[in-house]
Amino acid sequence: MSADVRRIDAASASAHGDAATEAADVDLTADLGRLTLPNPITTASGCFASGAEIDRFYDVTDLGAITVKSLTLEPRQGLPTPRMAETPAGMLNAIGLQNPGVDGWLERDLPWLQGKGAKVIASIAGNTPEEFRDVARRLRRATGVVAVEVNLSCPNVEHRGLVFACDPKASAEVITAVAREVDVPVFAKLTSDVTDIVAVAQACIEAGASGLTLINTLLGMSIDPETGRTRLFNGYGGLSGPAIRPVAVRNVHQVHTALPDVPIIGTGGVRTIEDVIEMVRAGASLVAVGTATFVDPFTARDLVRELRTWLAARGHTSVAELRGSVLAW
Amino acid sequence: MSRRAGQVEGRPDADAPVRVIGEVLARRREGAYWLLSFSAPELADRARPGQFVEIAVEQKYSLLRRPFSIARVSRQGPAAGTVDVVFDVGGPGTEWLTQLALHDLVDVVGPLGTPFPLPKRRVPCLLIGGGYGAAPLFYLAEELTREGLRVDMIIGAATRERILNPIEAKRASATVTFTTEDGSHGVQGRVTDVLAQTAETCRSAVVYACGPMPMLRAVSEACAELELPVQVAVEEHMACGVGVCFTCVLPVRGKDGEVRMRRACLDGPVFNGARIAWDETRFELGPPPDVEEDEVEDEASGRLTDDELWGEQ
Ligand SMILES: Cc1cc2nc3c(=O)[nH]c(=O)nc-3n(C[C@H](O)[C@H](O)[C@H](O)COP(=O)(O)OP(=O)(O)OC[C@H]3O[C@@H](n4cnc5c(N)ncnc54)[C@H](O)[C@@H]3O)c2cc1C
Ligand SMILES: Cc1cc2nc3c(=O)[nH]c(=O)nc-3n(C[C@H](O)[C@H](O)[C@H](O)COP(=O)(O)O)c2cc1C
Ligand code: FES
Repeated sequence: MSADVRRIDAASASAHGDAATEAADVDLTADLGRLTLPNPITTASGCFASGAEIDRFYDVTDLGAITVKSLTLEPRQGLPTPRMAETPAGMLNAIGLQNPGVDGWLERDLPWLQGKGAKVIASIAGNTPEEFRDVARRLRRATGVVAVEVNLSCPNVEHRGLVFACDPKASAEVITAVAREVDVPVFAKLTSDVTDIVAVAQACIEAGASGLTLINTLLGMSIDPETGRTRLFNGYGGLSGPAIRPVAVRNVHQVHTALPDVPIIGTGGVRTIEDVIEMVRAGASLVAVGTATFVDPFTARDLVRELRTWLAARGHTSVAELRGSVLAW
Repeated sequence: MSRRAGQVEGRPDADAPVRVIGEVLARRREGAYWLLSFSAPELADRARPGQFVEIAVEQKYSLLRRPFSIARVSRQGPAAGTVDVVFDVGGPGTEWLTQLALHDLVDVVGPLGTPFPLPKRRVPCLLIGGGYGAAPLFYLAEELTREGLRVDMIIGAATRERILNPIEAKRASATVTFTTEDGSHGVQGRVTDVLAQTAETCRSAVVYACGPMPMLRAVSEACAELELPVQVAVEEHMACGVGVCFTCVLPVRGKDGEVRMRRACLDGPVFNGARIAWDETRFELGPPPDVEEDEVEDEASGRLTDDELWGEQ
């Protein structure tokens, strides 16, 4: 009934269309130590569900990897609504980690990803180091899972609900428990809401993390001035989107400077090709797209395409050569 | 990337949502509301009543798209390939939409979400719209009528000005009952005040509703009492509209009796009103409707059940 949808070639639409021929030669390989991915674009956890929803729009295996919504030991229904509020150049969310639980995910969602041949980064969450460990254990021999990302922005029930990522020692405990369980590289996902991110990063690497993901959302709040009601049911929520990008870039740069050999997944407000390059220059080896997918479901795929042309037009032969390349005044 | 009208991205599958760059073909007042019409042939081809679109708004500092129910699509004739939405201005995003000029470009994703399921039997349908919620019901009425089903309507709003297109309502249905809270048009009161009586008179076997959440709750609860199957198109704040963020959830009771948070943008926006666990939502019911329901109760046994109407869901 409907005519075939025309596809737009990002390369030909680019300002540097004439470089498109060389673009095929650009090496987009993302080198994350023990993990190599075909290109340096992935999704931010919680911003891509488990992949099938966006596969209605394009083939999600075009992405370097798919990072899925954080998985907990038991299924979680999450918080009541409202769960989101728009803020200037960003948004606040308080979802409460709604997810089918690791077993439900292994049973229902992973088979679909495996069928697609997707490279999956499994994000895991918990409220005690033992919970993290148990989730990791269940992922041990899951085909397609190429890395485990540990969402340390979870309240630690044994420590008055203080999030793990705020404390180097608590973070290290979780990473130690997880790293013992899995054969794939472990990435510790950190928050910027700390005094010394390098100290937390270092503790995680010493505890056995292969790499780091920077950053999770920033804690924020929004209140309706008329009614006085908080805009989120939860009161506080995580701020994401372009509003937090400079903070993310600073964190990536700070940690990359201190730990230059550690692979970093850079996340926070990335939306355009320039944002990707900025994140790579700051020190990221892999760039995760979060909130931008909400604005346009095609964002991550478009960035993969545009990256090639952007690099080719400037005479670069690989994305890796730009990593950490920052000129100071 | 430079934008041109007619650009479209997505898969060729007939039910896959697409992203289109549409050209504004009309933008005008529609009573207290606004109507926006744009070209989007691939989207128009794939749309069904009850589904919605996400429109990018280029308002300063605004990031997220805004969701709007599809009010009409044209597949043939001079307006072929166009999609209409009807909206109320309530903030910066909708304000921006009112400033669009003819031939301006809009970036739209859709069709999204579930459509209204059509009854598998030829039964009279009662469509209940509140405010701009009447818009997608006109679209549904067209489809039901084409299928040879009888359509009756109840259209409610706060005031006369907020009754969407009363002439269209009369044209689209066998009978239409208007209600306004201030009594400026039709019956003074709410849609639920006339629901039982109208359903009785029209021998309605199924109810479809779209409007503010408290109204949908009231309609769902009234229908439960009347043992009338009801499908409602809900609204919840949406960050992505495509099923990936889990901000738009609603507690819905499954066949197993368990309540789960379902995504309004993917599992909805159309839900069986009887399955929504309304008392677990933040949507408050107004004062109880004051209708005489005694006679209606007797007929309840003759009502069709959900299974008979929709089959497995
Ligand atoms: C499935 C669906 C269909 C809809 N259909 C229509 C329609 O046909 N006509 C119409 O006028 N409106 C409709 N709405 C509501 C419409 O999306 C909001 O009025 C609009 O987003 C407000 O944007 P704003 O910038 O003007 O207002 P603001 O209040 O400033 O918006 C701020 C944020 O809150 C969100 N928001 C505000 N009100 C609502 C609401 N009622 N529902 C969901 N999100 C909201 C916005 O999307 C935005 O992210 C629909 C909503 C949903 C979820
Ligand atoms: C709606 C939403 C849900 C999220 N859920 C998770 C999650 O489950 N686990 C996690 O580690 N991070 C989660 N995040 C954080 C993102 O992965 C990302 O770190 C953050 O949003 C910053 O990137 P962005 O600005 O590109 O969105 C979530 C973010 C959003 C907006
Ligand atoms: S709006 Fe994102 S999941 Fe529904």
